[in-house]
Amino acid sequence: MSDWYRDFANSGVGNTITKQLGLPRPAVLRRYEPGQPLLPGPVVIGSAGEGRLRDEVTRLLRDAGVTVVSPVAADGSSGGERFGAVVLDATGLTGPADLAGAHDFLAPAIKRLRASGRVLVLADPPGGTTSPAQAAARQALDGLVRSIGKELLDGSTANLVHVPLGAEGALGSPLRFFLSGRSAYVDGQVLTLAAADLPGGEDADRPLAGKVAVVTGAARGIGAAIAKVLARDGAHVVAVDVPMAGEQLAGVANEINGTALQLDITAADAPARLVEHLRERHGGVDVVVHNAGITRDKLLVNMDAARWNSVMAVNLQAQLDITAALLAADGLLKPDARVVCVSSQSGIAGNRGQTNYAASKAGIIGMVRSWAPEFAERGATINAVAPGFIVTEMTAKMPFGTREVGSRINSLQQGGLPVDVAETIAWLAQPGSGGVNGQVVRVCGQSMLGA
Amino acid sequence: MAAQTRQAAIVGGNRIPFARSNGAYARASNQDMLTATLDGLVARFGLQGEQVGEVVAGAVLKHSRDFNLTREAVLGSRLSAATPAYDVQQACGTGLEAAVLVANKIALGQIESGIAGGADTTSDAPLAVNEDLRRVLISLNSAKTLQQRLKALAGIRPGQLLPEIPRNAEPRTGLAMGDHAAITAKEWEIGREEQDELTVRSHQNMAAAYDRGFFDDLVTPYLGLSRDNNLRPDSSVEKLAKLKPVFGKGEGATMTAANSTPLTDGASAVLLASDEWAAERGLPVLAHLVDAQTAAVDYVHGGEGLLMAPAYAVPVMLARNGLTLQDFDFYEIHEAFASTVLATMKAWEDPAFCKEKLGLDAPLGSIDRSKLNVYGSSLAAGHPFAATGGRIVASLAKTLHQAGPGKRGLISICAAGGQGVVAILES
Repeated sequence: MSDWYRDFANSGVGNTITKQLGLPRPAVLRRYEPGQPLLPGPVVIGSAGEGRLRDEVTRLLRDAGVTVVSPVAADGSSGGERFGAVVLDATGLTGPADLAGAHDFLAPAIKRLRASGRVLVLADPPGGTTSPAQAAARQALDGLVRSIGKELLDGSTANLVHVPLGAEGALGSPLRFFLSGRSAYVDGQVLTLAAADLPGGEDADRPLAGKVAVVTGAARGIGAAIAKVLARDGAHVVAVDVPMAGEQLAGVANEINGTALQLDITAADAPARLVEHLRERHGGVDVVVHNAGITRDKLLVNMDAARWNSVMAVNLQAQLDITAALLAADGLLKPDARVVCVSSQSGIAGNRGQTNYAASKAGIIGMVRSWAPEFAERGATINAVAPGFIVTEMTAKMPFGTREVGSRINSLQQGGLPVDVAETIAWLAQPGSGGVNGQVVRVCGQSMLGA
Repeated sequence: MAAQTRQAAIVGGNRIPFARSNGAYARASNQDMLTATLDGLVARFGLQGEQVGEVVAGAVLKHSRDFNLTREAVLGSRLSAATPAYDVQQACGTGLEAAVLVANKIALGQIESGIAGGADTTSDAPLAVNEDLRRVLISLNSAKTLQQRLKALAGIRPGQLLPEIPRNAEPRTGLAMGDHAAITAKEWEIGREEQDELTVRSHQNMAAAYDRGFFDDLVTPYLGLSRDNNLRPDSSVEKLAKLKPVFGKGEGATMTAANSTPLTDGASAVLLASDEWAAERGLPVLAHLVDAQTAAVDYVHGGEGLLMAPAYAVPVMLARNGLTLQDFDFYEIHEAFASTVLATMKAWEDPAFCKEKLGLDAPLGSIDRSKLNVYGSSLAAGHPFAATGGRIVASLAKTLHQAGPGKRGLISICAAGGQGVVAILES
């Protein structure tokens, strides 16, 4: 489904009208394509205080083929090249006074940011200090970055990554993700890394080469997009959906040279059947994406048990049961396995008429956080991705007004696409993303709901 | 050629749900259905772009344009376009015969993998030009002068506008297959109630198999259908008893629309391979095709029932394999009609038939009914002629695999023209 308003706002006459009337001006977002350079322009790196990440970030970016410029040269002269991204190393913050350095660097740099530019702030987590002043300064970045996200125009985003001491080696994959077109609709997010032993030398264009990935709910919508992106990145995808959706499922599997597995994930023997299938056909599994979900909306006071139970069974209990079965099956889940669970904005913000859905999607976040330490011990990760307003067949059926408002109340002033969710999941599935564990990444264009 | 033969492995199968005639698949052609079925198989086993040794399939009711039906379906599918294919047709035995042909080439080492299948539609059936009109048109086509053309055209009569409609009848007797079966039912004194009981069990077994997910990796939905729409889970002997007979005449007519298979549309396919081919791809071996046999009876002048040929084929195959009729864990006797299944079993129990017709010293004996058609058969699923063999082979292979190694299954399929195709599978 096309975004008619975005297309209008980006046309000649639409540009003039929306500017003069002060209407939302959603941009055409920069989205990832294989072979694309990481960024369309150079990165300017600055520091607030004496940071420890600048050299590492510079090295990582140069390895990724990105030109890195320093703020001194970028500052004074006018008419210089515009930046693809602005990166602030704020690991040197000792107190609020150091934040002035952040302002001094960011203000002129952001002025020269290109469309679909990126602002990325790297900092220590606020919890890792005993000094209230330092904690205050670190926490202040949260408000700073989220506000920048709301000020940025033209499809640009701002995100904050907490890099605790010792987790510097895990920075590469998140850094590349947040700067690239893969994170087009990820805005205003705060991510905390953990130390992890990571393999090196993965193919940037096919980071999932040789991996076996399971995607539930893969017959259509976001699930089909996830299957396609994982396959594009090199994975063999086992596409799972209910038998009823088998015709579309086979179409998806055939399009991406994957395989179709018709399975009702709520059946009592579903975890055992999935384990057996993966063992027999693939000898194990590297990536599991719990995407299958249903809605049975009704106000709580009018909701019958069937609506409540079916949503809980599909959206939450099946994820718990299948994950437990995979963990219990000896050697089935590969040591560096990646499990990604699809939560929802409704699970964070709540949504009228969706008590069952929101409860199930919030439950996923609890599950992910609880399992994260056990996964870390294996060298594996488990994370949640919470989509916001994503344009699918389902949203196409919404009333016009609800859909238009729903899709505009975020910093990017537009709905996301299934591929945006898929890109985030495919990133979390990468071997190099081992430092991201127990996190909830929202793909919502910095939605105003639940922010 | 290989010095030794080997048994072909059955890796798995796929079919579309079977649809009652002029219903869900009214606008689907044999080629549409067979292509969709192959694509479902490709998706299940990751065969995109794979060059399979051979694809063998067919249809009983076939348009003349479908002379290369299977090859055309392959070209339209996600299999490699370099996959050879050919058509076979042995009436209702087509699907099983196709599996036997593929298995035999694998056994001989001529191919490493193959797909056997079949499709049939009674909705999109071929209508032919009236035979008289066809002659006129042929002479018109061969006419060289205007005079000859006018003379040929003068032969056209209004009555010739009536098309030739394919009939489910034997060309040599003019009797519908059901009428033939009714004769056999009467001869073997097959009662109405036992036919209805067998029918109800078929529906119940199949409904239960669907409910426990047995068909999850055997069926792929098609055109909005995810289960066979002939299936009646709530079928009961009391309900069936109310139906009027449709085959046979007068008193003692027992065969109704329920205990006879309806006209159905559908398609099926089975993936066979050498054990090595399957292992290289991480694909399962559900069972092996051990042996097969065909037989034919003279139903025109010889006094044998049209659908009794499997009764003759089975003992020949048992003798060759040193087996008795009781040496099987599962039996698949195609339910063309409930009475056919019952008459076949009764014949095997009958000392006179076994001695005089089969030349055996003792009767083959009876079959444990609890091992018969355990996930339902054609009375429940329906019977798109050429698709039935593939349905049975894949389902039986899975059943044997689930039961564990060394389990044995017998398939018996009767076919028009007084023929029968039977086979043994073993896990």
